[in-house]
Amino acid sequence: MVSTTSTSAPSVDATARARDLLGVSRLTNAALTSWLHGLPGVDQVGCEGRAAALGTRSIKTTSKAWAIDTAISMIDLTTLEGADTPGKVRGLAAKALHPDPTDPSTPSPAAVCVYGDMVATAREALGQAPVNVAAVATAFPSGRASMPVKLADTRDAIEAGADEIDMVIDRGAFLSGNYLGVFQEIAQVAEACTRADGTRARLKVIMETGELVTYDNVRRASWLSMLAGGDFIKTSTGKVSPAATLPVTLIMLEAVRDWRDLTGEMVGVKPAGGIRTSKDAIKFLVTVSEVAGDDWLDPFWFRFGASSLLNDLLLQRQRMRIGAYSGADYVTDDSPSLY
Amino acid sequence: MAKFEYAPAPESRAVVDLAPSYGLFINGEFTESQGGSAFKTVNPATEEVLSEVTDASAADVDRAVAAARRAYNGAWGRMSGADRGKYLFRIARILQERAREFAVLETLDNGKPIKESRDVDVPLAAAHFFYHAGWADKLEYAGLGTNPRAHGVVGQVIPWNFPLLMLAWKIAPALATGNTVVLKPAETTPLTALLFADVVQQADLPPGVVNIVTGAGATGQAIVDHPDIDKLAFTGSTGVGKMIARSIAGTRKKATLELGGKAANIIFEDAAIDQAVEGIVNGIFFNQGHVCCAGSRLLVQENIAADVERRLKRRLETLRVGDPLDKNTDVGAINSKAQLSRITELTDAGEAEGAERWDNGCELPAKGFWFRPTVFTGVSQTHRIAQEEIFGPVLSVLTFRTPQEAVAKANNTPYGLSAGVWTEKGSRILWMADQLRAGVVWANTFNKFDPTSPFGGYKESGYGREGGRHGLSAYVTTESNG
Repeated sequence: MVSTTSTSAPSVDATARARDLLGVSRLTNAALTSWLHGLPGVDQVGCEGRAAALGTRSIKTTSKAWAIDTAISMIDLTTLEGADTPGKVRGLAAKALHPDPTDPSTPSPAAVCVYGDMVATAREALGQAPVNVAAVATAFPSGRASMPVKLADTRDAIEAGADEIDMVIDRGAFLSGNYLGVFQEIAQVAEACTRADGTRARLKVIMETGELVTYDNVRRASWLSMLAGGDFIKTSTGKVSPAATLPVTLIMLEAVRDWRDLTGEMVGVKPAGGIRTSKDAIKFLVTVSEVAGDDWLDPFWFRFGASSLLNDLLLQRQRMRIGAYSGADYVTDDSPSLY
Repeated sequence: MAKFEYAPAPESRAVVDLAPSYGLFINGEFTESQGGSAFKTVNPATEEVLSEVTDASAADVDRAVAAARRAYNGAWGRMSGADRGKYLFRIARILQERAREFAVLETLDNGKPIKESRDVDVPLAAAHFFYHAGWADKLEYAGLGTNPRAHGVVGQVIPWNFPLLMLAWKIAPALATGNTVVLKPAETTPLTALLFADVVQQADLPPGVVNIVTGAGATGQAIVDHPDIDKLAFTGSTGVGKMIARSIAGTRKKATLELGGKAANIIFEDAAIDQAVEGIVNGIFFNQGHVCCAGSRLLVQENIAADVERRLKRRLETLRVGDPLDKNTDVGAINSKAQLSRITELTDAGEAEGAERWDNGCELPAKGFWFRPTVFTGVSQTHRIAQEEIFGPVLSVLTFRTPQEAVAKANNTPYGLSAGVWTEKGSRILWMADQLRAGVVWANTFNKFDPTSPFGGYKESGYGREGGRHGLSAYVTTESNG
């Protein structure tokens, strides 16, 4: 069921498309502001109520088995620590290639996600296997650097062989109302994702929803990221709490659904950080299915940014296979945290 | 075929222990009828016969009222409020302990989805007992008037849409204020009331404080007409409510009537559209639309009507209709064949009058009583489906241009039970709430209930309130109001 994960994304002239969608001859901050502020508001109580209701779906037997394998195949297996070493990254890559050595039918995660300086190590360890290398870039996680540094950070990861780039937006610019600044930042990074051969790495735009705080902001940031040419919208860096909540992901799924209605194009969604159990992952898949639709139930269009989630999914998978819980010692752990 | 098929996830019915037949709960014990007959109660999702219950005679009602009078003149009438409160707390706790049993039985007898009986009906029923338990020893301070006293024996007749919850709405305030009760559940949904009789025994309530007599219209009439009833509380159709009002005219009997509705759910152009769509769905498809305060008329501002309709229909295609015991079912069975015919008749009329009919096309089970979630667009105020209560999963969509027009259309109905307003503008919410002639106005939500909040109607939706301090006042007399 794992679809081929193409490593090239179409290039768009985001500014021309934005002018067309907004119906303006020049893309200004005022035009972007009136467009984003014209989006329907989000009622917090209603949104959280809907997410809670979706969380009560009871997923059993065959549907649970399907959901577990699907969730595994959607993981961006992640290590983003100052203490990362080549050895740890190689261990993570080995885990991605053989998630469960006792059961070769276990699907592989979609990608391994590392800092830019670890891309070459990850690339080499993964070889030709259909597991992508994703790199965080643009002065992750804070994004507090000048534009030339962010672009250099991105190009460096691309040259080292990254298939996907996970960028952060300048939340300060967004919160101060400088939407055009955020737009240009995303559009320029999207351009920097172009490789020497003309293909382009897919770009995930991290909005750091925990710093945007309101659902209205999440909705506006989602639309701004899509408009500027992001191939994925992503909740969080994992360094800020709260990270990926179900209501925030629900808002983003509504955004990609409505964006397709408007443009005919699909954009991916990646909740990242804080999703640790199979039960939680299944709630997200239910929400994908019932809000955006089954077209998004594919590793090409939906990802989980996670590390410990994989082992919980593997435990559940083993339980469904052998009918009993094994335990943490029966799943391999190649990247235990140092703290 | 969908990628993500949910496997069946049925709640086990093993927790429910059904007797082949039930008598009447009078004076603290189950007794045989005197001169009554019996009728069957079925599971509307399968047409399976669940049990046989008694169709109580006038003589049975007389025995029940006599038992209630003895209890009122005896231990219960003399009991302190604090002690009554203990019994109510005990009932509330037992309801929580036996929640799953009640939820499964409610779903079997009524046809509503288990997720609703589990997450709404039963927890709210327990909450009503908890809330009123707290009032039992504080009535002097509830602002009801000087020296609030019980009426005496209360006759209560409840509907089939929320059988246990309506029982709780009726019995909890009656007992908190020191009255005794003769209650008749609806003929299609008597089983949770009979299980509640078991709770009454478990809680050691003195005999006769709560009496439960099953039966149809004639049994209800016998309660209404009984000379030793001091107060009546009825929830049900406006037609029956009017009959009750006529029956008791000129007598000393007090009454509260909670009747039908044709609520407007009003969506303004600046509403949070995705949440408004959820509110529309919850407003009319909650409990198959068998809700007196259902948002059965959608009033949507004309400039966003096409977008809202498109989003609503897309959402309705994800509604899961089927086995009410399945934990993933959103919409269950229609409660009875008679109700299904009523819904069919009115929807046929809607089509004949020129409204455009749409349903979500879902597959329906072969047996049982079922109706697809249905939306009528292009509806006018003059259409029957905009005026008459359908009491089913059928939404009529009308449009408006200005807030004044929305108010005029919303109020242009003989009913006035509830309304919903969806806008991000707080001042408009307040203005609308002031203009709408409805007992409950929900802002940016719908079908939310709480024991602290009074519920009741304007106009032909009835009189009196249930819940909150207003609800208590219906169960007492004071020196100021006699």
